[in-house]
Order: sequence, then structure tokens, then C-alpha cells
Amino acid sequence: MSEPSLLRTLRDAAAATALDVLPIALVLMVFQLLVLGQRPPNLRRILAGFVCVLVGLTLFLVGLERALFPLGQAMARQLAAPRLLGVAPEAATWQDYGWVYAFAGAIGFSTAIAEPSLIAVALKAQEISGGALRALGLRVAVALGVALGTLRIVTGTPLPYFILGGYLVVVVQTMYAPRAIIPLAYDSGGVSTSTVTVPVVAALGVGLASVIPGRSPLLDGFGMIALACLFPIIAVMGYATLAEWLGRRHADKGSKGESR
Amino acid sequence: VRLFRDALRDLTPILLVIAFFQGVVLRQPFPDLERVLGGLVLVVVGMALFVKGLESGLFPLGESMAHAFARKGSLAALLAFAFCLGFGTTVAEPALIAVAGEAARIARDGGAIGAEQAGGYALRLRLTVAASVGVALVLGVLRILKGWSLPGLIVGGYVLVLALTSFAPRTIIGVAYDSGGVTTSTITVPLVTALGVGLASVIRGRSPLLDGFGLIAFASLTPILFVLIFGIVSLGGR
Repeated sequence: MSEPSLLRTLRDAAAATALDVLPIALVLMVFQLLVLGQRPPNLRRILAGFVCVLVGLTLFLVGLERALFPLGQAMARQLAAPRLLGVAPEAATWQDYGWVYAFAGAIGFSTAIAEPSLIAVALKAQEISGGALRALGLRVAVALGVALGTLRIVTGTPLPYFILGGYLVVVVQTMYAPRAIIPLAYDSGGVSTSTVTVPVVAALGVGLASVIPGRSPLLDGFGMIALACLFPIIAVMGYATLAEWLGRRHADKGSKGESR
Repeated sequence: VRLFRDALRDLTPILLVIAFFQGVVLRQPFPDLERVLGGLVLVVVGMALFVKGLESGLFPLGESMAHAFARKGSLAALLAFAFCLGFGTTVAEPALIAVAGEAARIARDGGAIGAEQAGGYALRLRLTVAASVGVALVLGVLRILKGWSLPGLIVGGYVLVLALTSFAPRTIIGVAYDSGGVTTSTITVPLVTALGVGLASVIRGRSPLLDGFGLIAFASLTPILFVLIFGIVSLGGR
């Protein structure tokens, strides 16, 4: 595979990126000038900011093509290789892909560790429960979501079953969870999908689906991100409900006899 | 410096995991190592610059405008702004660009679309998602103004998703579900949250905590719906 030089790639990417950023720049400018009828404050800083966005997005996209996609695909290929499975791919059942699940879980877990908004949710839940619950459970949930996504690709179970089941759980939980946590919970679905994680996970899924016999990337390659979004919602709400329950029990014990 | 650290913080855990599996489990050299390392440097520098640019340019502007519109704009202007904001931010979302490109490549390799259509497919996919986020914001703003219940709308939305899933071509389903998560990353979330919280704090009787955040929940629901419809229209129903 011959490859265009880095400079040329960068130039092409820069042109494409300019088009990507144009709409939001236009939107902000037009509304600022025409509808609000004000000149934007510190124009120079804003323009400098746009230049940074352009350059940054360009570099990121080129790096994505060169590093993040190949990383995800190479890992998928090597983890599902017969050498590691110990059996011929055609004969392998879903139990043989243990390392794939371990890897996917580890990716999910490691992303969740670094995520500030998850930490905030965990602290809040810890507070409500009077220290009975810790943040670990939440991270495990995100990891489980990603690992389950790979399991689905290996077994070939249709994605809608997983999603349907997951959202049924969410709906039931929404009725019982403390109200203040619900928006936070729905939002936390997005946290497991940082800009760096998404390409790696997407490439991992597509790579797995193309390596494992009987799976097609077209049908089975996608869906891991969706599951990684679903599980934190379930985890946060379950977590908060449990935290509240524990906290109430704790409080009941503390104020024994007082009617409240 | 802080931004480089943040970008590294996003990347390091993943790299550690990959390095661990390479070294301990697989014990084989990584293919094309130099190129990948070079690419990683680009990713880190790119992310840092990108976020820096957002923080110094886009976010302050977007936030002040969101507040200004929430306070005095007419309803039509506010809704138009909400739509354009959602559309514009989503088109520039790096994670979406990545996934749309991958989806188009797979669709081409799998023969679902012709080779020469791949570029246009990725672009149309992105525009579809962008429009859906725009619609999500319009709906979300209306919801905050009228005080509709969030869980009711969300549950209704997912019922629709499930209904559409049974018509949609199987090849689009995974991509559709994924695009719900993709839209809620770097650019969209801060601007959209600013709009929601600004609105909720201006209107009497709305709590920023409860009403402000619901916008994101919409923004991750409508892309699924729109991409499913996109699949039915462009690839044909089942």
C-alpha cells in the first residue's frame, strides 16, 4: 500500500477540516451580528481560538488515521489469532475468546478511571449513602459494557436484543431512582466515550468482526459504543438507588425511636 | 501545558492497556510501530490544540450567546439558534468524523454501497446526525419552556427507536446505535449544557439541575432515530 507523504496528508486534512469547522463558525458569527446585533467581545482571541481548533482537529484526524485505527484493528487481529486461541478459528466457541473480553474490559475500565465526570458522580453517591458505596462499582460497569460488546460480536447475537433489554432496565430504574440523579445518569452515558476511546473501540469492533469466522463487519462491527453508553446509565441509577437505600437505613439506625 | 496533560490523560490508560497486552499476553512486535507512534504524537498535540482553541474561542462566545438568547431572544430566534448550534457543533465533532469514515469504509468493503459513493456516504451520515442533534436541541428547548416530563419523552423516543429498528436494514443498526454515543463528546456537550442551564436559570420555576441536563439525553437519542431513517431511505428497508 503506497502512502501519500505526511505533508500532503496534512494539507488535505486541513482543507477538509476547514469545511467541518465552517458551519459552527458561521452560526456563531451570523447570530451574533444579525440577531443579537452586537460585535463579539475580544474578537482577536476568538479568531486565535478558531485557528487553534482548525490546526488541532487536522492533526488529530491525521493521527487518528495513522495511530488509533491501526491500534484497534491490530489488537483485534492479534487477540483473535489462532495462536492465542489455541484452537482453529473455525472450531473456537465463545469461551475461547477470553483475552478479547479481558482486553475490552481493560480498555473500558481504564477510560473510566480517568474520567472526571464519573468521579463526580461517584463522590455524590458516596455522600448520599453515608460512605457505604465506593466508586469502583461504577468503573466496573463501564468496563462490563465494552466487554459485553465484544461478547456480542463473538456470539453474533443481534444488537437490538441487548439494547432492548438494557433500555427496559433503564425505564424501570427511572421510576425508582432518586429524581436528582436522573439527568446526571442519562448524561453519564456519554462519559465512557471520550474522543480518544471512540475510534479505538470502533476499530476494535470492526477488526474483531472481520477476523472472527462467520461475522461480517457490516452487520456485527458496530454497536460497542452504544453498549458502553448504556451501561453507565444503568450503573449510575442502580448505584444511586442503592446508595439512597443504604443511606436511609443508616439514618434509621442512627435516629432509632425518633419518629420521622 | 495543562491541556497537553489532559490529552495525555485521555490517551495514557488506553496505551498502558495496549502495551500490557502486547508485552504480556501476545508477546509479538507491534506492526508498523514507528508510524503508529508518530500518529499518537499527532493525536496528543492535535487534541491539546483543539481543546485550547475551543476554550479560548468557541466556548466563551457560545456560552455568552446562549445566555443572551435565553434571556431576551424571541422564540423563533431561540429555536433557530438551538438548531444551528446543534448542527454546527456536531458537524465538527472529531469522534463522529472518525466513526462515519469507518462506517463508510465498511459499507463499501461489504458491498452495501458503491466504491465511488463512500465519501458522500460518510458526509451524508454526518449531516444526518448533525441535523438530528439540531432537532434534539429544538425539542429540548421546547421541553424546558413548556415543562414536559423528561422521562416520558425519553421512553417514548426509545419505543420509536425499537419500532424503527424492525424496519431498518440490518447493516445500519449498529452504526445508528453507536452514533447516539458519538455525538456527546468534545464540542457538543459544553455548548449544549450552557444553553440548557442558561435557559433553565432564566425561566422561573425550572431547576438548572433537572431541566438543564436533559438536552444531552435528547442529543443522544435523536441520532439513533435519524440514522435508522437514513438507513431505510438510502439502503432500502428490510
